[in-house]
Amino acid sequence: MSVQFCQICGERLAPAPGESALDALAGGAVTVRPAGAGGPHPACEARRELEPPRFCASCGRRMVVQVTPAGWSARCSRHGEIRAGR
Amino acid sequence: MTVTTDVLAVAREQVLERGDGLTEARVLDVLRLPDDRLDELLALAHEVRMRWCGPEVEVEGIVSLKTGGCPEDCHFCSQSGQFDSPVRAAWLDVPSLVEAARQTAATGATEFCIVAAVRGPDARLMAQVRAGVAAIRAAVDINIACSLGMLTQAQVDELVAIGVHRYNHNLETARSHFAAVVTTHSWQERWDTLRMVRDSGMEVCCGGIIGMGESLEQRAEFAAQLAGLDPHEVPLNFLNPRPGTPFAPLPLVAGVDALRTIAAFRLALPRTVLRFAGGREITLGDLGARQGMLGGINAVIVGNYLTTLGRPAEHDIELLQELQMPIKALNATL
Repeated sequence: MSVQFCQICGERLAPAPGESALDALAGGAVTVRPAGAGGPHPACEARRELEPPRFCASCGRRMVVQVTPAGWSARCSRHGEIRAGR
Repeated sequence: MTVTTDVLAVAREQVLERGDGLTEARVLDVLRLPDDRLDELLALAHEVRMRWCGPEVEVEGIVSLKTGGCPEDCHFCSQSGQFDSPVRAAWLDVPSLVEAARQTAATGATEFCIVAAVRGPDARLMAQVRAGVAAIRAAVDINIACSLGMLTQAQVDELVAIGVHRYNHNLETARSHFAAVVTTHSWQERWDTLRMVRDSGMEVCCGGIIGMGESLEQRAEFAAQLAGLDPHEVPLNFLNPRPGTPFAPLPLVAGVDALRTIAAFRLALPRTVLRFAGGREITLGDLGARQGMLGGINAVIVGNYLTTLGRPAEHDIELLQELQMPIKALNATL
């Protein structure tokens, strides 16, 4: 599964180095980020320790998220479920 | 006769020696103490906790039974259906609820709180709670608490009948600040539910969130109002500004202010279970968590919260071991 959307803020990610910009533009506006940065937003990545994913990495849809004491699950209606912990 | 005016000297005599909580005016004095007296304050709050509550720490896990889609407009909450929050509605099934209770008990916790984002429970939610509580009681050795919003007397009676031993309903903030936080119901409505819970014999769990734009005077007012309620437990949260909510732009509470608040609430509520709850990770970090445990706190929520993640439960358990604070045993709470 390619990561095209930030799982924390839901924005489309700019293409990683070597990735076609047209791929990233296909579904909407590209977030302005440092040249060649690619990959996830650093600020959002920093929040991942205390935040479950909210948006599907493939399509950017809001996911149904269930947090439990020792884990979480997040379900996209198109791309299925991901989970962490027990 | 010499009149003592230093608030910590007053607290030492009144709270530590006699077990009488500070008045609202004195709590405000504590909240205004300069940073260079913070260590002294925390040490006194810790002494008060040890004297009147003992060294044990009550450990709890929480889970969201019904997430999101709430009709209320609590401005701090990502589960309100009135805000453009990324949190979507979800229900937890009974087997998953039992598993969550198992995960909690495995940490050594004695308390498990079932929470729903609602104004108050409807028939469907009460049925789910009834089934969930029965299933947990059959499978897991743990005390069960609930937090289901505002209740009717019949719902209070039913929760007692099915074995819920504690009910959480936070006043959230000072009465004078409440309308700036919630407009869809009143502080008084919350108070009415708390009174019914108290009269039913269930333990009352009532706290709030620090950092929602309240003044120091209102923090002191809130502590005094909680003291007037005399709850069994007070969970202290620190605002974690959630995307899409009206309070998203608010700043985090400074670590020193959070610690001062913990100690001030301990001096207002010397005998109450004072619980570290949401927001402590981003407000205080690991070092602050330790300082809080040595500054008046005697209970923690371990593991994840309702919609956000906490630090791993093992980290808190290890911290308690290191501080030589025993986890309260189940038989001590029944």
